[in-house]
Amino acid sequence: MLKAIHYINQFFGQVGGEDLADYEPEIRTGTVGCTQIFNSLAKDVEVTHTIICGDNFMASRTDEALARILAMLEGREFDIFIAGPAFNAGRYGAACGQVCKAVKEKHGVPVITSMNEENPGVELFHKDMFIFRGGNRATFMKQDMGKLAAFADRVARGEKLLPAAMEGYFPRGIRHEVFLGDIGREPVMAADRVVDMMIAKLRGEPYQTELPMPALDRVPVAPAVKDLRKVRLALVTSGGIVPRENPDRIQSCSATKWGKYDISALEKGFTAPEYKTIHAGYDPEQADRNPNVVVPLDAIRAYQREGRIGEVDDYFYTTVGTGTTQGEAARMGREIAAELHERNVEAVVLTAT
Amino acid sequence: MCNLTNIAKTVGVNKMVPTVSVPYPLGNPQLRPEDEWALRYHRTGVALDALETDVGEQTIFPVKI
Repeated sequence: MLKAIHYINQFFGQVGGEDLADYEPEIRTGTVGCTQIFNSLAKDVEVTHTIICGDNFMASRTDEALARILAMLEGREFDIFIAGPAFNAGRYGAACGQVCKAVKEKHGVPVITSMNEENPGVELFHKDMFIFRGGNRATFMKQDMGKLAAFADRVARGEKLLPAAMEGYFPRGIRHEVFLGDIGREPVMAADRVVDMMIAKLRGEPYQTELPMPALDRVPVAPAVKDLRKVRLALVTSGGIVPRENPDRIQSCSATKWGKYDISALEKGFTAPEYKTIHAGYDPEQADRNPNVVVPLDAIRAYQREGRIGEVDDYFYTTVGTGTTQGEAARMGREIAAELHERNVEAVVLTAT
Repeated sequence: MCNLTNIAKTVGVNKMVPTVSVPYPLGNPQLRPEDEWALRYHRTGVALDALETDVGEQTIFPVKI
C-alpha cells in the first residue's frame, strides 16, 4: 500500500465557504471531507494526511502558503501527492497547481490533480503535472476522484503509463516514442498513417493529427492613448457590481448576461446600499460596504476633477466572472467592446475580482 | 486591474495593474479610511498611466501602495 497526501481547499475541507477563504494552511491526520471518497475508490493507495488551505490565502499569500505547506510535509513519508478535484473553480485550480508543482520540485513524487478544461489552472500547470480532465462542478466529484484513484493505483503498481489522451489527463507536451502494439493499437506504419490523414483531409472527413499545435488566443497590444484628457474613458468589471435591484437579473454564477448602468449622476463615486455586488464567488462584505473597492469610480471622479482625465462614459459595464465559461466570457467581451466602440470610448479600466 | 495577475497573463491580458485581493481589489479593511483611499487613488492612477504607455509585450505595472 502506497501512502498519499491530499490537498483540498476550505470548502471541500468542510471548514466553510467564501467567508473562510482566508483560512490558514493546516494538516490533519487521516481523511477529511472528499478525501474519504479517494480512499474508498483506490485499492493500492491510501491517503494518510489531508492539507486544507483557504483559496484566498493561497492566492494572496502564495509564497507563505507554499512555505508553510512544505514545512508540514517535512519528514513525512508519502509516495504520491494529490490535489483537488478543482472542477471549474479558478482560484482552487491555480492553488492545486501551485501546491503540486512545489511538492514535486521538493519531494520528487508523482503529483496528480483534476480540473475542468475551462479552469485557467490547466493552461498554467498542464506541463508540470498530471491534470486529469474533470467535470465543471462538484457534482462530478465521484467520477473525477475515481479517475485520480485509478491512475494513482496504476502508478502504485508501477504499470506502464499510456499517452495522455488514453489515460485521460491534459497533454504535458512531452513526446515519447512508442510502438502502437505496446499501447493496444493496431500497428500501422507512419507513412501509411500520414497518407490516410491526407486522404481524409481531402475528402473533408475527420482525422486526428499526431502533432497538435497549441492554440493561443492572443491579441496585439493596443497603442497607447495619447492624452486621456481628450478621450472618453469607461469602467468595466467582472466583479458583479450592479444597482441594488439587479434590474437585468445578471446571474451570480456562470453568468450569461451583462449590464450597463447610468453613472452620470454619481459625482463622488458609487454609494451603498444603492449599489452592491451579486458576485457569488467572493465574500461581498467589503464590496457591499463600498462598491468603489471593486470599481474605483470615486478615484476616477477625483482624477476627472483634477483634470488628469477628460470625459467618463455615462455608463459602466458589468457582469459576473465566476463559473463563467470562456466561451460566454468571450461573447460578452465582444458585445461590450462593440458597445464601447459605438459610444466612442477610447480607454477602459477593467477591474477583475 | 486584478489580483490574480498570473492567470490574467495566461489568458492574454496585455496591461496589468495588481490589486489587493479578490473580495476588495482596491480596498483594504485593515487600513484607516484615508489610507485605503490613498491606495485606491494611487493604483487607479497607475492604471491611467498604463493606458498612456506603449508596451511591446504583456506588462505588469508596479504599484507603490
